[in-house]
Amino acid sequence: MSARFIGGKVLGSLATLLFVVCFNFFLFRVVETDPVASLYRGHNLTQTQRAKLTEEFGLDKSKGAQFVSYLKETATLNLGRSYTTNQPVWQEIKDKAGATIALVGISAVLSAVFGIMLGIAAAWRRRTKADYSITAFTMATYSMPEFWLGMILLTFFAVVLGWFPVGGIEDPSSTATGLAKLPDQARHMFLPALTLTLAYLGEYAIVMRSSLLETMREDYLVLARAKGLRDVLVRNRHAVPNALLPVVALLAINFGFVLSGAIAIEAIFSWPGLGLATYEALKGPDLPMLQGMFLVFSASVIFFNLVADLLYGYLDPRVRPT
Amino acid sequence: MSAVAAPSARRIAWIRRRRALSRAWGQFRHHTPGMIGLGILVAAVLMAIAAPLLADEAGLRAINVTHNPTFANPSEFGPLGTDSLGRDVMTQFIWGARTSLLVGLAATILAILIGSIVGITAGFYGGKIGGVLMRITEWFLVIPFLPLAIVLAAILGPSVKNIILVIGITSWPSTARLIAAQVLTLRERDYVDRSRALGASNWHLMTRHIVPNVSPLILANTTLTVPIVILSEATLSFLGLGDPTNPSWGKMLDDAFETGAVTAEAWWVFIPPGLGILLVALAFTLCGTALEEILDPRLRDRNK
Amino acid sequence: MSLLEVSDLRVTYNAASQAPIPAVRGIDVTLDVGETLGIAGESGCGKSSMAGALLRLLPKGTEVTGDVLLDGEDVLEMKPGRLRAVRWTELAIVFQGALHTLNPVQRVGDQIYEAIKLHAKSASDDDPKRVADLLELVGLPARRSRAYPHELSGGQRQRVLIGLALACDPRLLIADEPTTALDVMVQAQVLRLLAELQRELGLAIIFITHDLSTLVNVCRRIAVMYAGRIVEHGPNDKVFADGAHPYTRALSAAFPVIGEAEFRMNPSGLSGDPPDPRHVPSGCPFHPRCAVVTDVCPHTEVELWPAGPSREAACVHVSGAPVRA
Repeated sequence: MSARFIGGKVLGSLATLLFVVCFNFFLFRVVETDPVASLYRGHNLTQTQRAKLTEEFGLDKSKGAQFVSYLKETATLNLGRSYTTNQPVWQEIKDKAGATIALVGISAVLSAVFGIMLGIAAAWRRRTKADYSITAFTMATYSMPEFWLGMILLTFFAVVLGWFPVGGIEDPSSTATGLAKLPDQARHMFLPALTLTLAYLGEYAIVMRSSLLETMREDYLVLARAKGLRDVLVRNRHAVPNALLPVVALLAINFGFVLSGAIAIEAIFSWPGLGLATYEALKGPDLPMLQGMFLVFSASVIFFNLVADLLYGYLDPRVRPT
Repeated sequence: MSAVAAPSARRIAWIRRRRALSRAWGQFRHHTPGMIGLGILVAAVLMAIAAPLLADEAGLRAINVTHNPTFANPSEFGPLGTDSLGRDVMTQFIWGARTSLLVGLAATILAILIGSIVGITAGFYGGKIGGVLMRITEWFLVIPFLPLAIVLAAILGPSVKNIILVIGITSWPSTARLIAAQVLTLRERDYVDRSRALGASNWHLMTRHIVPNVSPLILANTTLTVPIVILSEATLSFLGLGDPTNPSWGKMLDDAFETGAVTAEAWWVFIPPGLGILLVALAFTLCGTALEEILDPRLRDRNK
Repeated sequence: MSLLEVSDLRVTYNAASQAPIPAVRGIDVTLDVGETLGIAGESGCGKSSMAGALLRLLPKGTEVTGDVLLDGEDVLEMKPGRLRAVRWTELAIVFQGALHTLNPVQRVGDQIYEAIKLHAKSASDDDPKRVADLLELVGLPARRSRAYPHELSGGQRQRVLIGLALACDPRLLIADEPTTALDVMVQAQVLRLLAELQRELGLAIIFITHDLSTLVNVCRRIAVMYAGRIVEHGPNDKVFADGAHPYTRALSAAFPVIGEAEFRMNPSGLSGDPPDPRHVPSGCPFHPRCAVVTDVCPHTEVELWPAGPSREAACVHVSGAPVRA
């Protein structure tokens, strides 16, 4: 994989990131023409108070100047202050990112792994009961709202059966510190991770299945068998690497969905991450927080797209420039 | 001289189109999952249309049900029990279907319209215009849908119209990309070149040649976009961005969560609306998959 | 004992919810070491099915009966382990070099090396440098081993497939339509290469194609297939220039020789379509399309009858036919 290919992809991602940053500005400043008025809805501001606040928010400058200072601030990670907690948005993000990274990271990996395995199983046992039940199962999970699944699992396994905690990341009364917290945290993460995994493995399974079915008809598999390879090796060395390609392309898109799904799931399970922060920011609406979240979510997806693009380029020589 | 005049070109086209449609329907009828999906959809639409006959709209307002027990399970108050305010869950379910289906279809139409126009234009003109359009489409594809929709909905304010708008203008990119790719291949076909040699204008080419050939793809894509839109509406309503006065399945789930139906183990409050969303989304997916199999241009090319 | 002895080979496809399709309806082939045989016929006559049957490469559920004796051993009775050992080392197939005949995401050198490594019996056999030797043998520079299939031209891919087929020194090569997708100039090069390799390495080759004219220079004997059976076989020049079976004559006439005036003046095509294997015409299967059909043809079960010195044809018109037309 040449430096030119990698460089091209990285540059493309940076361009997209820049677009998102600019878009973020226009989204809030242009659509929301008077933040002061909407923020202090319900309060009766005097002219002087209004003028002072306007100056404080930098809204007295021209739109162009606002845009420039916005770019400067974003570059230095000054994303404003939360309307509700009055903490810097970037601080809030740093505090809560870890919980979300853990939850989304594990769920994204598990949904990919199990989805791919189910897809391979379904394709290999095509037109049998196993295939039909796997397909039915994956279509059902693919069509259900993930937060509904979360509510069901929460009610049944936590409230009714009491096997898992009802919410949060750790037992508030626990005195454990450092690594000793992990088992407790894992127990708390089980249900939300299970929900996200189940909700998003469906598409992997469907895509892997159809991709493998198409690959199994290809001529190079006949050639591989003719060479004397055992069926298992034909499948694993020739069929699966080719069949995985569309799935790798899916990784990037699906990551965006898992991340977005975390918003509702963290709300349901009271998981103290970026998703829950977004959910609470909606109540205000805490616009600086929302703006910051939008930026962080978009940047993560762009980064992950880049990784998936590079991975795809590594696996499929046909997309690289010769 | 023949006694009957030969049919005009337009009439022949119509006869062919009708025949193709009945052939497609014949194929669809044998597709079991597709027919199941269609059945569910018909039932859902009928239920939504007949809502005033099936359930009293007054039952949706908390004010009218102060005498009802709250969180009554289905055996105490039927058929689906009551929620935290004593409202009949069945009534909400029937009326909620309307909003979910309406928003689902309206937002889909909006998204497909924008996506088709962008896609056809980009694919047909290619070059600079096409390049710019596709680049914009790619950017929008990368932006995760939900954060964008949340931000837009938060800014615009909660109303049914705004939800339709928000979902519509965030869901068009994947349609646009699909259609642009198809139009690009169509543009290279011989009959387009021949039409041009005969002096056909761009508008004529687009409306008479490109659009009819891209329509099956648009139809299949529409059917597969609806479930995504329905799930998006449910999510946005759940997050509190929907119209608070309008009953929708997503809102029922939001209410259930906010009012502690989970801790109260009041499963009858949140299982039905989720099930409704699941069944309708699944139904559209099944129909869409069936349509795709019937209309796949790759399969059609192979048979030519 | 011959290198290859095929007796009464029959191949029937069993597709789900469809009537069985008898693609090959009883074929006998004998090939000695170093012998070359060409098999010609239109699409659908069963020639590729026959090739696939020899190494049991047909889809699961396909019924293959008869005897396929490779050096005396029946391939159809071999246990899976023995079959896999025999594949490529005794008998290799040169497939048509279409884009997806090779694994698109693997370098061609690695695909050749895979075969070498698989059948290597000792460390000395397992030699990656053999890949370079093989590529040079087929006229490609050794550095091409790092290329991916889509980076090669059609002709180059075909050469790779030939080199791949020779990787384990087989004594018998089956070339299944190796020149069909190539343009005429490249076709000639590949045919020349095959003829050279056959001479140098003493290979036995079965060359399958629909283009009768390509067989003349590579194969000493030619067989013609129609509707799942061999309808003529004999020495290459005789079969091509003066076919005993009307179908053979039609096939050779269908490919004009550029420059020969008679072809310009007298183009001849074969009317009609090859028969559906599920509904083969009665008697001689060729009779609906035959230019010299007689009244007895639809009712006569034709077999390969003598039609000259070491020639046979399944037609009522040949000298050795018991039924007089």
